Amino acid sequence: MASMCREGVCFHAEGVSKIYPGTKALDNVDFDLLTGKVNVLIGENGAGKSTLMKMIAGIEQPSEGKLYMGDEEVHFKNTSEARKHGIGIIHQELNLFPNLPVYQNIFMARERKKGMGMDNSYHKEQAAKVLERLEHPIPVDTLVGELRVGQQQMIEIARNLVEDDLKILIMDEPTSSLSEQEVQVLFKIMRELTAQGISIVYISHRLEEIMQIGDHVTILRDGKYVADAEVKDIDVPWIVKQMTGEGKSYPKKDRAIDWDKQEKVLEVKDLTLPKSGGGYLLNKVSFDLKKGEILGIYGLMGAGRTEVFECIMGLRPEHTGDIFFGDEKMDIKSISGQIDKGFALVPEDRQREGLIQSMDIGRNCSLSAMKNYTKGGFVDFELENEKVESQIKDIHIKVADKRLPILSLSGGNQQKVVIGKGLLTNPKILLMDEPSRGIDIGAKTEVFDIINQYAEQGLSIIVISSELKEIISIADRVIVLSNGLKTGELKGDEIQEETLVLASYKGHHGH
Amino acid sequence: MSANNSSNNTLAMTLLKGRTLIVLVVLLIFFSVVADNFLSMNTMLLIGKHVALYGILAIGMTYVIITGGIDLSVGAIVGLGGMVAGGLIQNGLTLNMFGVTIYFSIPLVVLITIALGAVIGLANGLIITRFNVAPFIATLGIMYVARGFANIHSKGATYSDLKGYEALGNQGWSFFGSNVAGIPVGLIILVVLAVLFSILLKKTAFGWHVFAIGGNEKAAKLSGVKVNKVKILVYMISGVCSAVVGIISSSQLAASHPATGESWEMNAIAAAVLGGTSMAGGVGTIGGTIVGAFVIGVINDGMIMCGVSEFWQMVIKGLVIIFAVVIDQFQRNLQAKMALQARNENK
Repeated sequence: MASMCREGVCFHAEGVSKIYPGTKALDNVDFDLLTGKVNVLIGENGAGKSTLMKMIAGIEQPSEGKLYMGDEEVHFKNTSEARKHGIGIIHQELNLFPNLPVYQNIFMARERKKGMGMDNSYHKEQAAKVLERLEHPIPVDTLVGELRVGQQQMIEIARNLVEDDLKILIMDEPTSSLSEQEVQVLFKIMRELTAQGISIVYISHRLEEIMQIGDHVTILRDGKYVADAEVKDIDVPWIVKQMTGEGKSYPKKDRAIDWDKQEKVLEVKDLTLPKSGGGYLLNKVSFDLKKGEILGIYGLMGAGRTEVFECIMGLRPEHTGDIFFGDEKMDIKSISGQIDKGFALVPEDRQREGLIQSMDIGRNCSLSAMKNYTKGGFVDFELENEKVESQIKDIHIKVADKRLPILSLSGGNQQKVVIGKGLLTNPKILLMDEPSRGIDIGAKTEVFDIINQYAEQGLSIIVISSELKEIISIADRVIVLSNGLKTGELKGDEIQEETLVLASYKGHHGH
Repeated sequence: MSANNSSNNTLAMTLLKGRTLIVLVVLLIFFSVVADNFLSMNTMLLIGKHVALYGILAIGMTYVIITGGIDLSVGAIVGLGGMVAGGLIQNGLTLNMFGVTIYFSIPLVVLITIALGAVIGLANGLIITRFNVAPFIATLGIMYVARGFANIHSKGATYSDLKGYEALGNQGWSFFGSNVAGIPVGLIILVVLAVLFSILLKKTAFGWHVFAIGGNEKAAKLSGVKVNKVKILVYMISGVCSAVVGIISSSQLAASHPATGESWEMNAIAAAVLGGTSMAGGVGTIGGTIVGAFVIGVINDGMIMCGVSEFWQMVIKGLVIIFAVVIDQFQRNLQAKMALQARNENK
């Protein structure tokens, strides 16, 4: 019986294809899931890794091909059937109930009854136990909506861990919103799980992480199997080459500009933002920005990075401290006022904060700059059209027709639309919060190209990133935030992975 | 195979988009076969007169629903607007401190009534934006307040026979309920307002901001859209539309009754939804809403002419609305499928 799982393999897909209307998302792929290993699926967006993962989890069913678990052929009609076989999944987009406390989230749909009611003391106890194991002793009565994204991710993991029968755990980009520290905790937990014989399917765009945590990689491209290998036998350039068919790497940023002589466009002095319930989100943070400079802000989750942008854009009227725009002290009133002054924001969460899903591509582009294209309240469609068209061309957004829905674009192109929307307002200062989050390598490089291209033209840019390699390759200068404090300012050769990481922990006293 | 599939989808999409119009035509044919005299000029004018009322309310409602809100106070504003206008014509405005009673000319009565609608809309908008109250609750509260004042105004009585007095120069209230060149004035106002508000929605930055807020309020705010201002304006538009309906209905009846407009908000919502406005926000057209209003009008009057009981009318209207929303959901799914397809083809 050659079709069954061979030794050391707990799940086997044979010749699976998935046909969507108009496209083959997966094309005759064979896949072995090694028992007790971290099995990494790699591929650019649209390569088919999500589709394959969804088949294993029972979310999608193969159009062709067979799935085996052990010696048995399996057909999962839905996720609960897969769950019965011990397959759990953690989605990239979190599926939590922000209105419910932590312990209810963890035990949702697997409640233990006590008489007529719920055995909540059991729920709380077990939830606390599993969170302890995850090194995130979050009080179990906290509402999930009050937690940071990183903590929410831990709750999602905890949900899968409270079941004893877990055999396969699928993790779709679990680290995309985690800090470096949280990632290390997660990896430790993954190691514990694999030691217990649990097999992990791991999807990530972060190649360094894959090298650290992965045991075996399988690479897909355009829905087809390309290669698989033991991680110990390969390196990052090899993976990139398999994924894209060509080698790509980002060199360290090094521009021959004497920044001291450049004009100062923005100066932030003693920026302070109190935290509700005591303490500070930002504590006397000061920095400046030169014309044409790319300033990086590095820090862990909750370090206060996004809050800096929120203060500058007028979303945090409770902040204290002075912000100078050129020589002028700014009176920050509203976000629309800040956009008029010449600021533009590319927010962190593309779907929730960046796009209007019900609008087409073109209108998403022109939304911020709309008032520049109106005469007496009426939109000058010709002008708007022309501007959007040239912006689309300028930053190479791949669109067939800009009247198509925004969701018809790939993640990378959606991100470019959000960036284009900011650029269309002709900003003097562009604030970008994690501009490459959740997009594939090809699109990432293109986003970097856009940043460089506009910086060359004299646009001053602040980029928040939690990826070390990314910030090193993109920033002229980096400030590091840690626990609301500025703990480092690095330029030129001082910008190294070690120095950044070191500074990012400085603000946590007693840790 | 896939090309065939996609052209099938496109055809299905076209049919789905024109579905309300198709339903309207089918209804017209159905009733003209079933009911005698249905396709007569008189019947059509009668339907037009009724549709004008729902239609104008539904225009304002469409704006509100596109921003992701709801306005339950429109029917009550119709009632209050009619009462205030009727009171001004019948009794004038008595200023006790000066011991005088002022009678306004008809154009001024109209302006005052419209201003009243705008102020009530402003109140809705302020409660929703400043105090962060859910639109459903805020407008529910205002609905009771407005309806209460409509009754307080006349202690529950009707202002009847609103002819005005020649000596006071406030005659001519019946104009808004009359016909010009055989066409009901209400219907003409509906068409004018529909054109104006359709242009406002499609061709201006304000209109786009309305769509943006309903599509994703957070993203709209971060893009610099003045969310609160736009929302307040939208509820003011709805208030003004309601006041206009108050004027027309009181004029059509030549009387103002405090209960006028009760549950009309439901007809307005139904018209908007039938016309393809998404209750989730971000999607809708004035043209669709007007067609939706006509569907409701034809069902109402057609069933009356067929002798269907009032109670069965309710059942049928309810089923039609549910059916419309189910189809709407179907269209959305198809749209998502086509977007996915386009995304994959771009790869």
